[in-house]
Amino acid sequence: MKPSSPSLIRPSAKAYFSYLFAGLFILVFLDSWKRAEIAPQLFFSPRGRASLLKFFSAMIPPDLTWNFLSLMLRPALETIQISVWGTLIAVMIGFPLGLLGTHTLAVRGILNDAELQGAPLRRSLRYGVYFMARAVLSLFRSIPEFVWALMFVRAVGLGPFPGVLAIGVAYGGMLGKVYSEIFEAVNDRPLEALQSTGANKLQIFFYGWFPQALPNFVSYTLYRWECAVRASAILGLVGAGGLGQQIEISMRMFNFNEVLTILMILFLMVAGVDFLSAKVRALL
Amino acid sequence: MSRPALPQTCDAIPPTGAGAGSRSNWKNAGWGLLFLAFFIWSYRGAEIDLSQLFSRDSFTQILFYMMKLVPPDFSPNVLHEAVKGTLETFAISFMGTLLAVAIALSVVFFAARNLIFSGLLYEMEPKQGWRRRARMVPYLAAKSLLNILRTVPEMVWALIFVFLVGLGPFPGVLALGVHTGGVLGKLFGEVLENVDPQPIESLQATGANRLQILFYAILPQVLPQFISYTLYRWEVNIRMAAVLGLVGAGGLGQRIHIAISLFLENQLLTLIIAIYILVTIVDYVSAFLRRKAI
Repeated sequence: MKPSSPSLIRPSAKAYFSYLFAGLFILVFLDSWKRAEIAPQLFFSPRGRASLLKFFSAMIPPDLTWNFLSLMLRPALETIQISVWGTLIAVMIGFPLGLLGTHTLAVRGILNDAELQGAPLRRSLRYGVYFMARAVLSLFRSIPEFVWALMFVRAVGLGPFPGVLAIGVAYGGMLGKVYSEIFEAVNDRPLEALQSTGANKLQIFFYGWFPQALPNFVSYTLYRWECAVRASAILGLVGAGGLGQQIEISMRMFNFNEVLTILMILFLMVAGVDFLSAKVRALL
Repeated sequence: MSRPALPQTCDAIPPTGAGAGSRSNWKNAGWGLLFLAFFIWSYRGAEIDLSQLFSRDSFTQILFYMMKLVPPDFSPNVLHEAVKGTLETFAISFMGTLLAVAIALSVVFFAARNLIFSGLLYEMEPKQGWRRRARMVPYLAAKSLLNILRTVPEMVWALIFVFLVGLGPFPGVLALGVHTGGVLGKLFGEVLENVDPQPIESLQATGANRLQILFYAILPQVLPQFISYTLYRWEVNIRMAAVLGLVGAGGLGQRIHIAISLFLENQLLTLIIAIYILVTIVDYVSAFLRRKAI
């Protein structure tokens, strides 16, 4: 019998990994420090101190005059409206593409096994559609909504509409991916039971598939809506309407007390939307 | 049913499903009408014009714009600028996430209810009102600090820091670090409040003090989750770092802003491709590290 296992004598692969990782981490850290031009001393330089002082003294107290608040009412409502229709368009984009991009729905599983058995042409066609849908979704969600907003501002002009389109496209990509994951996680026992009674595909989908996926489906969509409210509030920074536009205007004019007011409005709005969405989710 | 994947931009971790229930048809109809009214109100407010979108005019406009994007500009100097921007974006997200972890870790132990004033650690303490109340002060202060950091969006933090320290990638790092610090503080706090109390109890029975309990009973439990949340936020931050430049905080966003303002659509496509590659690589690295960590 050997006295000891080899792993006690020399470090195992796992230990090598941690050394390698630590070295790489330090290298990346040093390089990033340089590239990101980290300079904490800026805060303590005379100019930095002056602007800090200016910022905080100008910020307090917030501008709570009725005049300003009533001006902000419309952009605040506009932010909500942008988020609602952005999410709706995202569902319109994400649902069909998500269905096509669901493996068990498009190419495999009990819905297709019988049909695609020994039909290579049809099978490859289905696979083509499946990969196309996934590629489009991945493209939609990997371009950030800000870049979408900038492009839509170019394409359809300033205002809330490009914000709606940007949220719709970017969130459509995210929703589509999550929808396909939800659909794939469905328990297939009920589907088999339906199939054995002779139900057709559409019936299987509506009576076996959809009811199982619905709760997760709705709750994830609502959650995305909460995110959309936050996003639409700042998309205005690139000219897509809502509160963001007001933040930019106030910031450019150095009216920091107005910025603070808008941030407070934003806080209340996000809290309200979170509350509402939690209520609706509890109803389900 | 398994839990959907992590979200990509929003603060919270997504909810998992909902309780099933049944309602009367009347109630259903009422809610339906309410939603319909809500949608119509939003439709009018957001100046949406779907008919306009699908009209020949603006459809060709969008199509025309898309056509202008291709082919991407791969000339050496554009490519060089894109690579530089990509590395800068990576650096911003990396340093920003590290700063966020530093902020979160220095605040979160005060923001976890069971570590600061209630629960097992304090049950042996005589019920002295003032002491408990004194412990509430750092708790509430930490909680509200995290709330403020989290509420202000990254973009607005970036605007503020650009004003404070000038243009460049540094304000981007600060913006990401401060906002994400608030988010991670909240997530870490939730993890800390949900630790398994049994190891704490057994350590307490052997006479360990609170610091020892923290290091030997609590941290080993929560560390994998801390790492996994941090990696998840890193994935979010790489996307944010790519666009923070739109308000002057360096990285690819700055180049995108320039390309769009100067109508250099082909360069814009190159930069978008760079974002796509960077985001994909970071997602893979993060997934790999998460598997290693857990």
